[in-house]
Amino acid sequence: MQGWGKLLGAAAAVWMTTTLSGAAYAQNADVKSGAEVFTKCKGCHQVGNGAQHRIGPHLNGLFGRQAASYDDFSYSKSFRRAGAGGLEWHADTLDAFLENPRSLASRTRMSFRGLKKAQDRANLIAYLRQFSDDPADIPEADPTAQGSDHNVAQAILTLKGDPEYGQYLSGECTTCHLADGTDNGIPSIVLWPQDDFVVAMHAYKSKKRIHPVMQMIAGRLGDEEIAGLAAYFATLEE
Amino acid sequence: MTLNRRRFLGAAAAAASLSAPMVRAMSKPRVVVVGGGAGGATAARYIAKDSKGAIDVTLIEPTRKYYTCFFSNLYLGGFKQMEDIGHSYGGLAAGGVNVVHDWAIGVDRDAKTVSLAGGAALSYDKLILSPGIDFVDGAVAGWDVTSQNAMPHAYKAGSQSELLKAQLQAMPEGGVFAMVAPPNPYRCPPGPYERVSMVAHFLKQNNPTAKIIVADPKPKFSKMGLFQEGWANHYEGMVDWIGEEFGGGNVSVDPAAMTVTIDGEETKVDVCNVIPAMKAGRIAELAGVTDGNWAPVNAADMSAKADGDIHVLGDASQQGDMPKSGFSANSQAKVCANAVRGALTGSKVFPAKFSNTCWSLIAPNDGVKVGATYEATPEKIAKIDGFISKTGESADVRKATYIESEGWYTGITTDMMG
Repeated sequence: MQGWGKLLGAAAAVWMTTTLSGAAYAQNADVKSGAEVFTKCKGCHQVGNGAQHRIGPHLNGLFGRQAASYDDFSYSKSFRRAGAGGLEWHADTLDAFLENPRSLASRTRMSFRGLKKAQDRANLIAYLRQFSDDPADIPEADPTAQGSDHNVAQAILTLKGDPEYGQYLSGECTTCHLADGTDNGIPSIVLWPQDDFVVAMHAYKSKKRIHPVMQMIAGRLGDEEIAGLAAYFATLEE
Repeated sequence: MTLNRRRFLGAAAAAASLSAPMVRAMSKPRVVVVGGGAGGATAARYIAKDSKGAIDVTLIEPTRKYYTCFFSNLYLGGFKQMEDIGHSYGGLAAGGVNVVHDWAIGVDRDAKTVSLAGGAALSYDKLILSPGIDFVDGAVAGWDVTSQNAMPHAYKAGSQSELLKAQLQAMPEGGVFAMVAPPNPYRCPPGPYERVSMVAHFLKQNNPTAKIIVADPKPKFSKMGLFQEGWANHYEGMVDWIGEEFGGGNVSVDPAAMTVTIDGEETKVDVCNVIPAMKAGRIAELAGVTDGNWAPVNAADMSAKADGDIHVLGDASQQGDMPKSGFSANSQAKVCANAVRGALTGSKVFPAKFSNTCWSLIAPNDGVKVGATYEATPEKIAKIDGFISKTGESADVRKATYIESEGWYTGITTDMMG
């Protein structure tokens, strides 16, 4: 139903050109351990024969699929936007997502703190990989991929931003994002928890989030500038 | 009035006999902004907002309602109504900006005053000119301002946009729409080609055997690959683009006969959209801050190279690598506002950062974009990094880009007008 054969070719091509650059995928993953890790997901997600959407969408045919692409599941706006922007599920994007779901979709409804251990994520990804068709068409790296660290360092998170500098810098944001927090095709960025803001901006900066305008804008912001913006937007009233 | 402000302030503090309103009026530094578009409105609003009343801000803008040039092509294509792209200045007035609807007709740089067509003269400590564009006289043989009803430019949005649309709607079946495209540099680099797309969209729905001819003095243009791919996909065989190598720059028009002659070949047309070569809005020249067609500025604060107390924003400025766009003008205005505020009130001045993104609509839900970030160097505003939509993108990506452009429109107009 997902037009899989066709998608795979394209996905594989995208995969070859845009992912894995420089990352070390050394360790092997263990499907059995992955099944155990999946017990944390089971409350909301089904996978395997007869899996259906529950609180979260079913996870069959996940690899190579565009994020938020089931018409019959009600996704958060964040996820629909990420999917429309081109986010696809591969080992590396899943690894980033599973480590910190909000790094890829700030307002995801998936209330899961993330898997901090890289080995757990690799195992889970290998387990989920079994439920995607046609393994021959996907590079072998997909199911066994082992990610690098996607979280923002504690030192960056605890950096105290200068809201006055943030206010000046925010002029660059408010050309597109509405300062009153309404959302008319471009997401609201006011009154976010500062950590979420910082994580999201660093995910653009490191190009884990794919939006080209945001990669460009975040790409030249230093850690203190991001902290300043987070401090300013977090305290905006209205 | 040649009172030195500092000296006057010192005297005012001692002289109890001076009337209070006079002291208040004179004690505040004054900023006069000429032109209420993306550059001027943004600068006026930011200075008023961020100085919290410490600076007296006056905006001179002749029109009561501002019609954005950006998205005016979408009006031609039927995606927007005229009222969707019109904005009043009430928000700025409520935000503390003194909005004066008049023409600025002269600048006395020694006395630091701006004279208005209505007769008033306003004194300033800092003058911000954001007058947009005017057309170069004689740029297209046979065309001048008296021809603009027969052959509209529609490159300053408003009545000209409505005129061009009316002419488009009145085209006979199988008629010819001609465009004379401008040479570089000009306002909104993808603008003429987005317009071609929107005209083609309208004709495809209403007059599918009609043709579009574009005479272009340039060998290539902004987002060329994306537009040409889009024209081939959506409007096959409708658009004939005649670039420099085929004589697209050798053009004359006859508005009375409604003919266009391209490289010696005369064609009878039904609509002719003439977009002449451009220069800075006239007031920049009158102020003596232009060099050739544009006003050279310092990248760090957008101050004119000719006069440190005059800043020039947006299309009228010659700053380096940024395209002339509403987004650029808005970005430059914030850097300028920060610098002006710092100079007049001692507030902290942060380093200049500029950015630009231009979205264009090719067909329904087929949006594309190009953007870049910039920094101030001693020589110019220099590009750092950029991106452009790719040919062959999925329909989902293109639709998302279009939806995003709608969001941006709301964002920037709110950012400008409050």
